[in-house]
Amino acid sequence: MRATVAALIRKDLQLERRSFESVPAMLMFSVTAFVLFHFGLDRGALAGDLASGVLWVTLLLAAVLGMNRLFVAEREQGGFDGFLMAPVDRTALFVAKAVVLFAFLCAVELVAVPAFVVLLLEPGIGQALPELLAVLVLANLGIAIVGTLIGALGVQTRARDLIIPLMALPLLVPVVIAAAEATAPLLESGGADPFPVRWLGVLALYDAVFGLLAYAVFDFLLEE
Amino acid sequence: MTFGRGLRALSIASAVLITGAFALVFFWAPNDADQGFVQKIFYLHVPLGIVTLCGFVAGGIFGIQHLRTGERAHDLRSYVAIHIALVLAVGVLITGSIWARASWGQWWVWDEPTLVSFLIVFLLYACYQPLRFSIEDPERQARYASVFAIVAGAFVPLNFLAVRMAESLVHPRVLSTTGGAMPGEMRTTFLVALVGMACLFVTLWKYELASKSASIQLRSLKRRLAGDDGLAPLSRSAAPQQL
Repeated sequence: MRATVAALIRKDLQLERRSFESVPAMLMFSVTAFVLFHFGLDRGALAGDLASGVLWVTLLLAAVLGMNRLFVAEREQGGFDGFLMAPVDRTALFVAKAVVLFAFLCAVELVAVPAFVVLLLEPGIGQALPELLAVLVLANLGIAIVGTLIGALGVQTRARDLIIPLMALPLLVPVVIAAAEATAPLLESGGADPFPVRWLGVLALYDAVFGLLAYAVFDFLLEE
Repeated sequence: MTFGRGLRALSIASAVLITGAFALVFFWAPNDADQGFVQKIFYLHVPLGIVTLCGFVAGGIFGIQHLRTGERAHDLRSYVAIHIALVLAVGVLITGSIWARASWGQWWVWDEPTLVSFLIVFLLYACYQPLRFSIEDPERQARYASVFAIVAGAFVPLNFLAVRMAESLVHPRVLSTTGGAMPGEMRTTFLVALVGMACLFVTLWKYELASKSASIQLRSLKRRLAGDDGLAPLSRSAAPQQL
């Protein structure tokens, strides 16, 4: 299982390194969205819950772009058939794809969050960085799990690009609620407010529930 | 597959219960001291909401059974449960809006977690039919729809938890919908309305199942008589077309 997952991850990362299909697009989208929010809200700098909302909505919509592309190569280049013919555990594909999406999200945030701080954020986030990282990691995990499941569900439909966002966005509302609520006090101007740890609990619960659920049902999406 | 069993008894029971519930609402239950007559929409709105959410979860449970056993009848059950719940959900949103307008003065209130969670669940389930519609292979359609029904069914309680947490610590709950503080007459009326609504849901569900399975069987009989060429091709549909 571990070797299979590693091989699948290696394949996807190599594919991304050669084609640059997902991460640059997600990144461009995020930065463009920040610019749009600047003009849409007509604000030079944001703080507190407004900043946290803008950041999370942007990251979520950027993640949807990644979900849309996640299984396209499998579908169009016969990757599903190849994988099904190999004598390996089918859950390996789920784990590998979730890890890849998680890695994509981290890569995007590595640039998008600093860009957000420079472009839109009023206070610095130096002192609140560890808390922000914890929120980012837990939220990315949830987005990666749900995104992989919905990506696999949607890629076989005829209206892939429509169906995936329509299904994924309502499912990810709890992630946005928890992540935005947890981030808002960190971005207050004039020093961070106390960090609401219970939202990390909500994120962790969400990740655990959907992780188990996806683990249980993913096999059924691959049967031929 | 006979889905029509017990349909007559169920129909009579739900007709009696729903009529009885409305009679109780209009002639027996007291007017709310605060909100007056308009509060009586509560006896329609809340049972409808509860039954709708149970219908969504039931769709998920039938989805699990479909994936476990591979029987297409479970997929049909799951589809019809979600389909009817979706229709009732529109009613919940409309009655909820009317009530909100009457008692809070606004058509929509973001502070009320139950309202917001319900909208999110509704938006999620609104994708169920498009998802089915856009998968052509019937076997895959059934399988994928079951996966969606399971995931969404599990999402219902989790979503309510998250949205309630986001609001309830800032705003106290304005209304307790569980009826803990209701006087006896109101509670009896509410319970009758709830049972009546549940009965109505099951009746509608069985009617739709019977109708769907009858047309599926009719089609297979026609095929046996006339052969594949004698049948008009199936138009694409979100509903299961085979058993």
